[in-house]
Amino acid sequence: MKKSLKARNNDIANTARQMEILSSGIFATGELPTFAKKIKETNQFPLRPKKLEILQINLGYMCNQVCSHCHVDAGPDRKEIMTKETMEQCLEVIKKTEAHTLDLTGGAPEMNPNFRWFVEEAAKAGIKDFIVRSNLTIIRANKKYHDLPEFFKKHGVHVVSSMPHWTRGKTDKQRGDGVFDKSIKALQELNAIGYGLEGSNLKLDLVYNPSGAFLPGDQQALENDFKKALKNDFDINFHSLFAITNLPISRFLDFLIASDNYEDYMHSLLDAYNPAAVENVMCTNTISISWEGWLYDCDFNQMLNLKVASKVKHISNYNEELLQDRDIIINQHCYGCTAGAGSSCQGVVA
Amino acid sequence: MSKPYYDSGDLRKFGKITEWSEELGTKFFDYYGKVFEEGALTAREKSLIALAVAHTEQCPYCIDAYTKDSLQRGVTKEQMMEAIHVGAAIKSGATLVHGVQMMNKVDKLEM
Repeated sequence: MKKSLKARNNDIANTARQMEILSSGIFATGELPTFAKKIKETNQFPLRPKKLEILQINLGYMCNQVCSHCHVDAGPDRKEIMTKETMEQCLEVIKKTEAHTLDLTGGAPEMNPNFRWFVEEAAKAGIKDFIVRSNLTIIRANKKYHDLPEFFKKHGVHVVSSMPHWTRGKTDKQRGDGVFDKSIKALQELNAIGYGLEGSNLKLDLVYNPSGAFLPGDQQALENDFKKALKNDFDINFHSLFAITNLPISRFLDFLIASDNYEDYMHSLLDAYNPAAVENVMCTNTISISWEGWLYDCDFNQMLNLKVASKVKHISNYNEELLQDRDIIINQHCYGCTAGAGSSCQGVVA
Repeated sequence: MSKPYYDSGDLRKFGKITEWSEELGTKFFDYYGKVFEEGALTAREKSLIALAVAHTEQCPYCIDAYTKDSLQRGVTKEQMMEAIHVGAAIKSGATLVHGVQMMNKVDKLEM
């Protein structure tokens, strides 16, 4: 299995280096406008939060997979895991937040040793939409995870899982050998207990992101293709497909540079720039919480270590009202969320 | 190092043709955009047709553009290669069917 950029001491693992790349070259010469300059054209600067709807909590960067595009640089060699103490602080926030969606992510959040306790406690808060981003293969990775579908069902968890393509070749190339077959098996198990079926309130959504230096196509057309292929080939059902654009950070940035696609990709994002997507970009309705309890405008800013521009920077002194009164930190990676129909952890936004 | 005849960066400047003939350029791009919208054929099917034609026309810009467009629409490598074979079959068939004209001419000319 491949190692993370961090374990390989790759230059790109350094967030300052990523910021340097995103601020130099084509953006320093003026060949392309910076994101700040672009949103100023439509009087959308500074970007400000709207109503808080989603609390996204990253339970750690440990994962059983090493996906080639991963913006978290997650993998088995990543040991950063949220402690129970930080989880307790998160629970206090979950009990009183205005947000209607709780979104647990990682790495593989299930690998956190306190994951089940945290889910049980968080479910008691009665939040409307409780999402766990499961990579599917974790369910088949070890016997101790085999009952996860039943556990999710018991706590009314909305399962959101990555699936880059309906074919084995494309999926395994991006996510690792054998991932496709394990994912199919896990999806069938979720279907077997009611997840993803038409009319079922056990929500199962899939996330598609392109397996290369190109943007996602139309979300609805892709969903139709996925549904047809997965039904015909494996009798699998799911509710919705979220098409997500790869942002030029971490492993994907490393790929773009190594394959000499970086400039063309940034041009593609600019060519597809959509001011309407800026209006609903996910950082305007989300707070991202890191495994250490730091607060960010989004999961991508978390990976670039760009903490919120607020007096409130940590879950330990969380204050939603104060936090909502802030300017959102932007940089050139934000073009990834504003191309075409836009992109967020919940799919298109425009 | 010699400069290549084609510059891939020129594809991004395609829209500039309108600067020297605004009316015709605009009409062309409006038409072009309309052609590729979902219709009786899906945008995905149109992308594959465009990919095949891009090869028969041997247009490097079109090949780059519709390879990327096909990938964006979830088209697989196998489907893309099959589409090109369709173009190649028509191209070679179009060459070979002219063999009948050649045969007719030979039959007419020879005693």
